[in-house]
Amino acid sequence: MDWFNAVIQGLLLGGLYALFATGLSIMFGVMRVVNLAHGDLAVVASFLALSMVNATNAPLWVAVVITTPLFAVLGYLTQRILLQRSLRVGPMSTLVVTFGLSIVIQNVLLKIYSADTRTLGGGGFATGSFHLTNDIAIPYLSLATFVLAVVVIVAIQLFLSRTGLGRMLRASSDDPDTATLVGADSRHVYGIATAIAFGTVALAGIMMAMRSSFDPATGPSRLLFAFEAVVIGGLGSLWGTLLGGMVLGLTQSVGAQIDPALTILLGHLVFLAVLAFRPQGLLPGRTA
Amino acid sequence: MTLLSVDALDVHYGQLQAIRDLSLTVEAGQVVAMIGANGAGKSTLLRALAGSNHPSGGTITFAGVDITRVPAHRRVTSGIALVPEGRRLFRSLTVEENLLTGAYRKRPGPWTLERVYEMFPWMGDRRRQSSAQLSGGEQQSVAIGRALMSNPELILIDELSLGLAPVIVRRIYGVLPTIVEQGTAALIVEQDVSQALRVADHVHCLLEGRSVLDGAPDELSTEQIEHAYFGIAHPSAHETPRGD
Repeated sequence: MDWFNAVIQGLLLGGLYALFATGLSIMFGVMRVVNLAHGDLAVVASFLALSMVNATNAPLWVAVVITTPLFAVLGYLTQRILLQRSLRVGPMSTLVVTFGLSIVIQNVLLKIYSADTRTLGGGGFATGSFHLTNDIAIPYLSLATFVLAVVVIVAIQLFLSRTGLGRMLRASSDDPDTATLVGADSRHVYGIATAIAFGTVALAGIMMAMRSSFDPATGPSRLLFAFEAVVIGGLGSLWGTLLGGMVLGLTQSVGAQIDPALTILLGHLVFLAVLAFRPQGLLPGRTA
Repeated sequence: MTLLSVDALDVHYGQLQAIRDLSLTVEAGQVVAMIGANGAGKSTLLRALAGSNHPSGGTITFAGVDITRVPAHRRVTSGIALVPEGRRLFRSLTVEENLLTGAYRKRPGPWTLERVYEMFPWMGDRRRQSSAQLSGGEQQSVAIGRALMSNPELILIDELSLGLAPVIVRRIYGVLPTIVEQGTAALIVEQDVSQALRVADHVHCLLEGRSVLDGAPDELSTEQIEHAYFGIAHPSAHETPRGD
């Protein structure tokens, strides 16, 4: 029964990884930008939610409702002001810019919040669980995060397939030059893609903050999990990212069941195995 | 009424000058063909008109407005649509989704999905198929449909016949009268000279980025066209020395 429990917990944890990796997947899918500041942005969202809750005593969901759209706007502006210029120079340039952004964010957080490790108290919601059977308890937080991840990914997929702007995102991902010729304003299209990426990373950051502790330097180690989820699932496919997140979560959870020291290592090994034997990923993407 | 007027246009590709001092006009409802050998600058001209190459000199006036510096996506709104060389469909999109991308900046006009499916009856039945599964001729038809979905006043068609069997080319050109009837003018680039002469009201022959001969197809002799095409003994072809 312990094994079955490990599988369930692993799949639910995968939801969190998928939610976190969605933004990375979208930015790469649409713009071929690898955002090295992705993990740090999640940490910024964690701290922002923490400050809001501490300052106003507002319930956490209020912080979520404010932070997510705020991050989306921030994403749009970051693309238009910062990334668009570097995109014109080339892929190496965007890598350097986002790397720089990552360092700036970490140091600004360090200055404001110090190096102390924090957690975001989610109350009974973050610690409570219900019993599926006598042996298997499902934490509310894990389940809610998983459901949130699925809802977010379905919503983004619907946006991409059903709306005119969504189609232009996919068209720009296929062939940016021709997309411009049929009427896509690439700066706006890229801005929207980055807005979605930042919005989802804010959600993921807050969910993570309730689950585990964070400090200003946590970002890069989290980024690694997002990378692994995206690569295992297949570049440029959101369903792939969901699957990749679940595979990663499952592996880590089962690894922990074998030996707690194996948790992270086994995840990395699965990632390396996918890179070696199925480099296109489990569900190679056709759409952004 | 003059729809498009290009005046003394120069376009550079890095060091290379692809278009030199080119002037031409397209009247509303007219079909104008550009012919010329490979590298004569035909595709560069169309891409400059659509806004993806920036001219280094000269002006492009469309419907009375100077659009020389207008970015490509805004030219779609003003009424110019390009059918690019090599079709360039969006591979991960279905046939219908490809057509719908053309309607992103839709102008009022006769063209809708239904009208495009009427013109190419096979397309409606296969609208959910991935565009990557289509044959070259089918892709070309979708690319034309995609351009029409914005209801352009001017459709630019680049090398329609490239890589297609002559019978397919003729069938696709068969829809051109329907398009023009709806009030859209066409500027086409064509390597197949006889095909171009068949469909066009006015022909320009390009040589090394310059228009060296132009006129209505029935005013031009085969010999004149051959000379212009290959640059034999035509005075204006030698006005400036080569290799700058």
